[in-house]
Amino acid sequence: MSYITKPAPRHPALQKNALGLTRRDYEGAITTLCAGCGHDSITAAITQAFWDLSIAPYKVAKLSGIGCSSKTPAYFLREAHGLNGVHGRMPALVTGANAANRDLLYIGISGDGDSLSIGLGQLCHAIRRNVNVLYVLENNGVYGLTKGQFSASADPGSLSKKGEANTMGAIDGCLLALTLGATFVARSFSGDKGQLVPILKAGLAHKGFAFVDVISPCVTFNDHEGSTKSYAYTREKNVEVVQTDFVLPTAAITTAYDPGTVSSVMLHDGSWVRLRKVSEDYDPTDRDRSFSYIRERQKEGEVVTGLLYISPDSSDLHEQNNTVATPLAQVPYDQLCPGSAELEKLQRGFR
Amino acid sequence: MPRTNEFAFKIATANGTGSASANGLIMQAIFRMGIPVTGKNVFPSNIQGLPTWYEIRVDKHGYTARTPNFDLMVALNPATYQKDVQEVRSGGWLLYDSTWPLDERLTRPDVTYLGIPFAELCNAQFTGPRERILMKNIAYAGALAALLDMDTEIVRTLLAEKYSRKPALMDSNRQAVDLGSNYAREHFACPLPIRLEAMDKTKDSILIDGNTAAGLGCVYAGATVGAWYPITPATSLMEAFTSFCRKYRRDPETKKNKFAILQAEDEIAAVGMVIGASWAGARAFTSTAGPGISLMNEFIGLAYYGEVPTVIFDVQRAGPSTGMPTRTQQGDLMLCAYASHGDTRHICLYPADPREAFETATMAFDLAERFQTPVFVLSDLDIGMNDWMVPKLTWDDSYRPDRGKVLSAEELEAAKTFSRYLDVDGDGIPYRTLPGVHPTGAYFTRGSGHNRYGAYTEDGDEYVDVLDRIDRKIQRAARFVPAPIVQTTAGASLGLLTIGGCHAACTEALDILAREGIAVDYMRVRGFPFSDDVRTFLDAHDVTFIVEQNRDAQLRSLLLLETGIGPEKLESVRYYAGFPMSAHHVISGVKAKVEKAA
Repeated sequence: MSYITKPAPRHPALQKNALGLTRRDYEGAITTLCAGCGHDSITAAITQAFWDLSIAPYKVAKLSGIGCSSKTPAYFLREAHGLNGVHGRMPALVTGANAANRDLLYIGISGDGDSLSIGLGQLCHAIRRNVNVLYVLENNGVYGLTKGQFSASADPGSLSKKGEANTMGAIDGCLLALTLGATFVARSFSGDKGQLVPILKAGLAHKGFAFVDVISPCVTFNDHEGSTKSYAYTREKNVEVVQTDFVLPTAAITTAYDPGTVSSVMLHDGSWVRLRKVSEDYDPTDRDRSFSYIRERQKEGEVVTGLLYISPDSSDLHEQNNTVATPLAQVPYDQLCPGSAELEKLQRGFR
Repeated sequence: MPRTNEFAFKIATANGTGSASANGLIMQAIFRMGIPVTGKNVFPSNIQGLPTWYEIRVDKHGYTARTPNFDLMVALNPATYQKDVQEVRSGGWLLYDSTWPLDERLTRPDVTYLGIPFAELCNAQFTGPRERILMKNIAYAGALAALLDMDTEIVRTLLAEKYSRKPALMDSNRQAVDLGSNYAREHFACPLPIRLEAMDKTKDSILIDGNTAAGLGCVYAGATVGAWYPITPATSLMEAFTSFCRKYRRDPETKKNKFAILQAEDEIAAVGMVIGASWAGARAFTSTAGPGISLMNEFIGLAYYGEVPTVIFDVQRAGPSTGMPTRTQQGDLMLCAYASHGDTRHICLYPADPREAFETATMAFDLAERFQTPVFVLSDLDIGMNDWMVPKLTWDDSYRPDRGKVLSAEELEAAKTFSRYLDVDGDGIPYRTLPGVHPTGAYFTRGSGHNRYGAYTEDGDEYVDVLDRIDRKIQRAARFVPAPIVQTTAGASLGLLTIGGCHAACTEALDILAREGIAVDYMRVRGFPFSDDVRTFLDAHDVTFIVEQNRDAQLRSLLLLETGIGPEKLESVRYYAGFPMSAHHVISGVKAKVEKAA
């Protein structure tokens, strides 16, 4: 963290978005994470994505579990309500909140311990329900706040800071999500804002559970030689399958559209995700192919990044539940209570 | 001695054979005759094959507690025959299936045996194994109708109502009723000396179980989100809520639902969803039993410390661990009062019957939102799953939900600043905002240390400041939970204090004790934290009997901890074998002490 609190610079020439807000308006409290933490880069990318999309910060609800990653919602969107829950249980909170108010934009921040160890079950079931949330898993392969234990995403053979080798297999969040029928699966790297920001924007526009696994090196406990979540390792082994570009519904999508290298997927709100294929034959709408491609590259020690899978026909929790368009929290009481006459009538059946 | 409208009988069958509909038919017929009646379903944790019993008490005075004195046993399960025969009172009757010879070792000289060849009759009358088994049940209902002098017209009407859309089934059912009743009339002197006679004591009442009533109460309270994990004996509460929502909460034009039912992956997720939904502004609740509460503990602490309204129905069953899932108990009193780690104290409500379960639902949501905290409704299996005769439910159409101190967009616009945990009004209750309403209302709800402004803190004074205010807030709730029910007799030096479903047994016991010259004042506590009335009642009596259904006298412990009363003043009366409490449990407990003192 920064040891000297600096005043928030407000340059009059700062660029404004469609709402007339600057990037500063999308920031939060000063981070308390270690200097150079990958999570802070993700926070910056999130700030950028919301600003780019001109989303009113107070229309966002940001939720998290427990751990270094889960602290970060305090560091962006200060005008958004935040709910920092219990360890591994953010999916339940966001499911309930979304059930109550479907009009808000939900972002859930979690980590690899939070999502893949203590909260693995909750993550799985939130994916199955296809809750409409941008779910960011800030993945550093290590328990930072308790000082360096392996998490469930630590690769076998990777070394802890103390030099101990991890003996167990890793849980790969993206493979897991694909298996469970996730409708949006992406992986990126905290140090690659150019790739991450469009993915986050596409995730926000996606109607359903948008799972984004972000490799985010822990500078204090997991950025050494032997770690597969270090800056050096990730930069070297990163294989980008698709370059994502996100286009707002209002923007024209004529220029730069090259049928030979780009495929576009339209999202429910009319916006487009344009996927530039870097590798040959990669089809991000083919779940099985995506799965096997990630596995193949993994065997070569490579980390596949980009928007790995997207389902264009995603049906979220509310569609499955057939809920009214008005958020349940705002349905007037007189529409909820059947009244005394109906109670009298109903009780004829209780005799 | 012949007895009219004052007797009890028990029906022993095997689970999954369809006896429930026959038992329901008998209950309803007696009720429609205007005679007060109660049914207790004693069932196994099983779907098919294990023994199950149904106990029916008919009482012209209106006493509804379980009675263990059975005048008549309908013993149709050979697996439990030996035990069932022993449970009939001396001079009573036993109805059995005489298709097979009765084991002579099981005959008692002081019991009259009534044999009806139900299997043989049904095999001759009906075809197919399914119908033969099902109709055997209706046939015993028919036999009971003749033996007890049930109004056969009412029985026929009930069948007509039930099977109005299935004429073939109605026909079989009527045949089966006639089969049983004709055989009984031809072979025995009907009616027996224990018999029914029409009265006029049920016209303002209904037959309902507590889970149905509570589920309906949640609909009336305006709950829109129900999150749950199936667990006996709470399952039928959320199922009732769901079916009432389907009836009342579908938009007539769009056919869209004004409710969401979330069947979670476990109880942890269920309560998390409730907290999330309440945080976002909906009235949300979960229904569970003891094992579910155990799992929910960490989240309950978040809701307490983060001050998020959370309504939890605990339909208690016999613990610890898996315990006896299909038996009743009041074993979660302590667990709920102080659920979660660290310093906590929670508002608890204790309905005594299904009618109160309905009314308590509204109170629970109002209190949860007013005090921004978890509220437990502690029902139990007996209240939740058994059919009770209770006065008709009523509803005041002028009722509007108490949403507590929630700031609107206009208020926030005018306020300019907002601090989530500031005690502005000096009542310990801060103002709350909902997400998406106004930028000024934004704050960070957290289970980690926070100060009165809602900011993270590790400062001891700031932490204590918030923790102490929450304590004041919850203590203050004692004045807002429903007041105790009190019944006093002039000059009584003894008191009796109880909770929830023990009410029926206690009031019956007090009447019996009074007739024997033992005057006892009565208090039934309906909410926690305890109001000052509770301490006043305890102070006013030399000794107060604390009647409850758990081994460790949890209610007594709560009273000692919370009121500061001396332990010598509180005498414990407990029954915790898993069946609903009976008057004799209370009477023997009181008498043991009174006689010792004399």
